[in-house]
Amino acid sequence: MQVNDSELHAQGASTFTDDIPTPQGTLHAFPVVSTVAHGRILNIKLDAATAYPGVVRILSARDIPGINNIGNIEAEEVLLAEQAVMYQGQPIALVIAETETIARQAAALVEIGYQELPAVFDARTAHAQGLHIMPPRIFSLGDTDKAWQDCDYIVEGSAGSGAQEHVYLETQTALAYPLENNGLKLFSATQSPGLVQRACARVLNCPMHRVEVDVLRLGGGFGGKEEQATLWAALAALGAVKTKKPVKIKLNRDEDMRLTGKRHPYDADFKIGLDQCGKILAYQVEFFQNAGALADLSPAILERTLFHTSNSYYIPNVRATANSCRTHLPPNTAFRGFGGPQAMFILESAIFKAAQAMHLDPAVIQQKNLLKDGDYFPYGMTAQQCMAESSWQALQSRYLIQDRQHAIDAYNARHPLSKKALALMPICFGISFTATFLNQADALVHIYTDGSVSVSMGAVEMGQGVKEKIRKIAALTFAIDEARVKVESTNTTRIANMSPTAASVGADLNGAATLLACTQILQNLKTLAAKLLADDAKPEHITLKQEKVYLNGEATDIEWGKLISQAYLSRTPLSAHAHYASPGLFFDRSREQGKPFAYHVYGCASVEVTVDCLRGIYSIDRVSIVHDAGKSLAPMIDRGQIEGGVVQGLGWMTMEEIIYDQQGRLKTDNLTRYKIPDFYFAPEIEIEFLADEESPAVMQSKAVGEPPFMYGIGAYFALIKAIQAFNPNWQADFCAPMTPEKVLSALYEKNESPFN
Amino acid sequence: MACRFVLNNASIEEHVPADALLLDIIRRNRGMTGTKEACREGDCGACQILSGELINNRIRYQAVNACLVPAGAITGRHVVSIEGLNSEQLSPIQRALVDNGAIQCGFCTPGLVIALTGFFLNSRLSDENAALDSVAGNLCRCTGYAGIKRAVSALCRQFDLSASPLERRIEDLIAWQILPAYFSTAPGMLRHVHEITYAFHSPHPSPLQQERELVVEVIPCAFLSQYQVGKASEPLEHAILIGGGTDLFVQKPEQLHSQALYFLSNESLYPLIRKAQSDLIINALTTIEQIRTSELLQAFFPRLAEDFKLICSAPIRQRATLAGNLVNASPIADLAVFFLALAAQLTLVSGSETRIVSLQNFFQGYKKIDLKPGERLLEISFEIPGKADRFNYEKVSKRTHLDIASVNSAMLIQEQAGKINKVHLSAGGVAPVPLYLAKTCAYLRGQTVCLATVKTAAEIAQTEIAPISDIRGSAQYKRLLLRQLLYAHFAELFPGVFEGGTFNAG
Repeated sequence: MQVNDSELHAQGASTFTDDIPTPQGTLHAFPVVSTVAHGRILNIKLDAATAYPGVVRILSARDIPGINNIGNIEAEEVLLAEQAVMYQGQPIALVIAETETIARQAAALVEIGYQELPAVFDARTAHAQGLHIMPPRIFSLGDTDKAWQDCDYIVEGSAGSGAQEHVYLETQTALAYPLENNGLKLFSATQSPGLVQRACARVLNCPMHRVEVDVLRLGGGFGGKEEQATLWAALAALGAVKTKKPVKIKLNRDEDMRLTGKRHPYDADFKIGLDQCGKILAYQVEFFQNAGALADLSPAILERTLFHTSNSYYIPNVRATANSCRTHLPPNTAFRGFGGPQAMFILESAIFKAAQAMHLDPAVIQQKNLLKDGDYFPYGMTAQQCMAESSWQALQSRYLIQDRQHAIDAYNARHPLSKKALALMPICFGISFTATFLNQADALVHIYTDGSVSVSMGAVEMGQGVKEKIRKIAALTFAIDEARVKVESTNTTRIANMSPTAASVGADLNGAATLLACTQILQNLKTLAAKLLADDAKPEHITLKQEKVYLNGEATDIEWGKLISQAYLSRTPLSAHAHYASPGLFFDRSREQGKPFAYHVYGCASVEVTVDCLRGIYSIDRVSIVHDAGKSLAPMIDRGQIEGGVVQGLGWMTMEEIIYDQQGRLKTDNLTRYKIPDFYFAPEIEIEFLADEESPAVMQSKAVGEPPFMYGIGAYFALIKAIQAFNPNWQADFCAPMTPEKVLSALYEKNESPFN
Repeated sequence: MACRFVLNNASIEEHVPADALLLDIIRRNRGMTGTKEACREGDCGACQILSGELINNRIRYQAVNACLVPAGAITGRHVVSIEGLNSEQLSPIQRALVDNGAIQCGFCTPGLVIALTGFFLNSRLSDENAALDSVAGNLCRCTGYAGIKRAVSALCRQFDLSASPLERRIEDLIAWQILPAYFSTAPGMLRHVHEITYAFHSPHPSPLQQERELVVEVIPCAFLSQYQVGKASEPLEHAILIGGGTDLFVQKPEQLHSQALYFLSNESLYPLIRKAQSDLIINALTTIEQIRTSELLQAFFPRLAEDFKLICSAPIRQRATLAGNLVNASPIADLAVFFLALAAQLTLVSGSETRIVSLQNFFQGYKKIDLKPGERLLEISFEIPGKADRFNYEKVSKRTHLDIASVNSAMLIQEQAGKINKVHLSAGGVAPVPLYLAKTCAYLRGQTVCLATVKTAAEIAQTEIAPISDIRGSAQYKRLLLRQLLYAHFAELFPGVFEGGTFNAG
């Protein structure tokens, strides 16, 4: 019987890529990387490294048999830099040696001569210099130019949020070994086995069927292994093919942090117009995305930023311009929320600034502008089964927000050197890949003669519980014990052309495909059961409950085991493959209009903080949430996704600060210098699920991976409210993260109180 | 060196360099992959194991990070990895984590199981806060810690540790199925390992084995006290003395590879912390946790236990020593700042010679200390604070807990008849060394405690410091922060100054 992953984890018995026993003779690879942010490669001196004892081979771009390209979106993404380097940490050569240590030591001996070129590290400078990944994109609704004249208040400003390191606890790892007939098997810690397979085939100049990629599970991904696991897998693959030996590559934490991209920092200029009641009439925003050196997923992330320009608010006149700016930093990449959080932070900043100008609480403006059914998003889609207002109301009544606010006011009056504040954060997040073609998935289901079930599908397990959900779907469909169902590793020979496990849709798409495959087999089983039970029985009279066949609601003596052996003996198919494509999706990029999302997820959070005004430190005291999860298939998993997402979002807004030096080298390159939330930081989190049984999600259970991250944004605004309670003269600069350093400066900047 | 220890339920011998890390021995040499590697610097807890020392026929276990434990420090110990806690059924700790949604990707989970097992082995009470502190050194990027807190809370309700005296704890944990039954045979296995390892030891410890021309010395507990008083013949000049290794193995692993290493342990030193007339004396090998939990010290520093939780996580506190923190000479060293404000003195020994140097003068420049070749730190002493003395310690870092300070500071002050008649003030992160703020102290002596005095003192402090901008904060921030911490000292020690004075007007 199959136990779930959690039990294996608790015993340390689950296998991650680095835990796979390596075959004897496995070699270890380590890249030689650029030490300049931008430059031309003049020469590469390998002598010392080649002569180093234990070095087997050093590979460079000219050893690549196929095309030197691993990009998903753009052609510019090379596996090994040949003429130019675009960021510090870009791989130029690959040292393959007998041990990890030798590979690292030898890599340090490779001398590379550069002609350095000017480098740019921030988005606005890149934009001013015309450095872009792609032309700007513009989403609009109504007519902002005309709307300004109707506004009683117009507020302009700028805002920005910082980069964020994924800190998946399992670092980037790949193990490749050559098979007969020029085949290759790759164990890669990737969210995108299909992409790894395609990129490796392209690099190796072989058909895709020669490359088998297998992923058992990841030790966290969060987007950081969607696109950026490919590089390491392709390097291992190249090494294995060139040496004809198994090759492993595994990054240490500091290497992983320096060599891979992060959440995109964004800057933005905004202009918001409101009537005197606080109704937003117009919103104009220009985003400057710091894409890093190469396209990676930046264009798709930029697009999702645009899709979330107005978050869960209806704004009749919107004009959003988005620029993807090329800088000389490691390519920034997918991270939970995928550009959505950045957009929402900017709009909340605009609302906050407007509220200050109007002497209102921001919550007044937030509430007045919540989406309603039928309201338009700035991309042509209308809100349906909209839960923006209901989640806001439920939050107010469930947690008595008014009372809490009064208690905070009373506390602040009593405590001159300690201030509390509460901020509300509504969210609306679109569910589907915005590249419509990715919204497809396959599942392969087998029932073996002993009644045990094997499910293969295209989603990668990385802690989000997708395997557990798939298992539930199969078990529920067949009405059998979950212990009979095993969800297999994610493997490209069983599932072809799979989409990345991303965009919160892993369970939606692959669950739907699993449901289809199980249903196919179930239909055959019902036909068989009907035949076995009575001459006039029809499949529609048959049901399965608790491992037993029922005829017209009456239990029969056919149990699951018997049914399956009868099916086998009567040559009834016990395997099925199914394909699912989300219906009704389309998007016309020439008009920036369409229906890109299957549905939206709504919710609302209250974030409470306390600022120690003497020391500039703070605590996040409590996050209270009302969340729309549909009819949750696995409430414990969904709760965990919300809790984990919130705390990541809080980290992004508070202590997680990425710092590069003047040469584009990462200074915050280990967990001593880059701090993520710990036990003590994590707040109390209360969650209430909104009942919504009409959801178009698989088995009515809505996607949950990304949306809760954005509740964390409330922390920034709660902090600045608390600071202003101490120092009313301080004007927020809407620049996240709000580190203790920034808080202390804010508390005492232009502070005229005797405390200063 | 030949490293002999008990790993789970088997005695093993590994031939490895003395600086080989336990994490690599377990994962690579032994192929036991339940112990995870995620940071290799003691920041995440994914590689935690239990390390057990045989003391009076019982084994005392501590959860430590295997990435910071060198082979030289595990000889003769019982090392328990996650595999060594597994039985047929999940243990109640494993079960609680599974049932409370404390597990997502699973990479941090084995470390959590170890940390919680360590808590059950050592805590007198089922105190939820103490249980949470025991896992505070375990980073989890998936769960937001909520599920883990639920599991910890459930476990504390499920088991009442107050009913299980520490002398009987292992037997009880076996009965509760938190530990597998073989734990009862572990002391016997360890004794056997000790017999093999130390059989030929004379009172003078001699090198166990020479490898790559390095002298590798493991000093077993039985001989340490003799070593401790100092033997002139010992070749200490070129050796690196390793206490906990929690800094050394993060900062200079390659340097350790080519030098003689002496692994020190304090297990047979008693008492580590003692009173001598009007002084308190702390042995340099005392761990941060031993200082934190010392009842003798807590009597004089009631906030000690809480203050030191800020410094580092439980598994680091178990290994990091006072000597290591001082000798490493970081300008931000938490213990240096603490003891500077106690005007502490250091006793240094070299062979049979000893000399005394004030902690203030010990720090001579950035990472430069007054310690001669062959000399080592024996103990630290300071005058016991009197009833009229008030003491406060402050630390601010980007993450409140378990982070390196941006600025830290401590102050000891005595007010008599309305005047300050004694004051010591220190600060870290504002100069190349942990700084004693001499000018500020000189000003404060004789002043009345009032707002004006505090503000003037803060201004004088600004003239004594020279912070630099780095990832812990800009120079400007550190200046402001030091002022605020100075205010904080007075706010904590003389609440009236802030609450009754004009400060209330804000």
